[in-house]
Amino acid sequence: MELLAFGKTGWGDELFYATLMTIAVSITAMLVGFFFALIFTPLKLSKYKTLNLVGNFYTTVIRGVPELLVIYLFFFGGSGAIMYVASIFGYYEYIEINSFITGSMAIGIISGAYSTEVFRGAIQSIDKGQFEAAKVLGINKFGQFYKIILPQMLRLAIPNLSNVWQITLKDTSLISVTGLVEIMRQSYIAAGSTRDPLFFYSFAAVLYLLLTYVSMKLINKLEVKYSRGY
Amino acid sequence: MDFDLMITSFPKLLGATVVTLKLLSASLFFGLFLGLFFAILRLNKNIFINKFAYGYSYIFRGTPLLVQIFIIYFGLGQIEYLRTTFLWVILKEPYWCAIIAFTLNTGAYTSEILRSAFQTIKPGIIEAGKSLGISNKVIFYKIQIPIAIRQSLPAYGNEIILMMKGTSLASTVTLMDLTGVAKYIISTTFKPIEVFIVAGGIYLFMTFIIHNVIKYLEKKYSFQQ
Repeated sequence: MELLAFGKTGWGDELFYATLMTIAVSITAMLVGFFFALIFTPLKLSKYKTLNLVGNFYTTVIRGVPELLVIYLFFFGGSGAIMYVASIFGYYEYIEINSFITGSMAIGIISGAYSTEVFRGAIQSIDKGQFEAAKVLGINKFGQFYKIILPQMLRLAIPNLSNVWQITLKDTSLISVTGLVEIMRQSYIAAGSTRDPLFFYSFAAVLYLLLTYVSMKLINKLEVKYSRGY
Repeated sequence: MDFDLMITSFPKLLGATVVTLKLLSASLFFGLFLGLFFAILRLNKNIFINKFAYGYSYIFRGTPLLVQIFIIYFGLGQIEYLRTTFLWVILKEPYWCAIIAFTLNTGAYTSEILRSAFQTIKPGIIEAGKSLGISNKVIFYKIQIPIAIRQSLPAYGNEIILMMKGTSLASTVTLMDLTGVAKYIISTTFKPIEVFIVAGGIYLFMTFIIHNVIKYLEKKYSFQQ
């Protein structure tokens, strides 16, 4: 237990901040994922074959390639890509991106592919009549989407989005390879300096279990809220 | 674009794919039995057996695969007693540690897939078997298991693909699988995009094959219920 003490003697406070870091990366990645889903879901549902192809390419590639490989691409290629773009604008200094941004971008793109599939499925399972009725009632496009389609879509999407959240949360453990100090990295450091890997990795497992358990409870509440009336 | 690097790294990556495929097939093989075993435990009416099986799948599905590998590879070696037993022969090899971790992980997911497949079997089918005088054992092996396997094919196909991606974590415990070699080439040449295209292409090709084999099997074993 003294290994987990707060302050200078134990690893309690370090692991606490690492847990906050994991939560922060997961939420950022999830939001980045929503942003990508917002772009690619319409592409996948579009009438045009070329746009469909772009959308399918994104989800197929990301879901068919290991997360770790995507993270390595961002880790090794991220600053190179940014520097290339900067060089076009005439900036030639070395640019280093911090590992939080690299990590949440990489995990965000992965989580976005899963979110895209969830949103596509949810929109497709809404009855066609709903779209038509909204049109007939003369509601504008904006209102159609936000007042009619979105609330119904959320009800269908939340259970699947909770899966995406779980995947995203667990994927953040992979960012530890880039050196970002989240739960896994902190446990690695603690295990190395105390020579007690069994304890610290098991504790990390407990922390992840706690995070998944608490988030499941919260998401269940949301689910109840959005399925009112059914 | 450095096409020369892409061409020269291709055979190296292809060689590493063999390691990936070995890890994948071994863990799927053992994982299927483990999954079936725990799925049957989940259907048991005894609450302790039931909760035990649920706890297993909850723990392995609720924690990242990386933690599981690290506990088995770095953690178990710490127990002095284990080092004296024959288990140490297995546990000192990163290859077997990775397979154990993958097996336990895929076993947890497979048990959930099979459990839900068993539960969707209509009671009428089992009752029909009983009224025909077929013994419980035969009903289980000849009726319930074939139906459950057919029901769980699509979900199990996804699990195979997830597991194939999961084997990339073997590179974190010094194994040179496809991702491990890809990382090595990237870190020596600093050409991440080229290597990503080749390695990612190989992974996508494997995904494509798995996807189509499962689709074929689904078609072959489809039936009207």
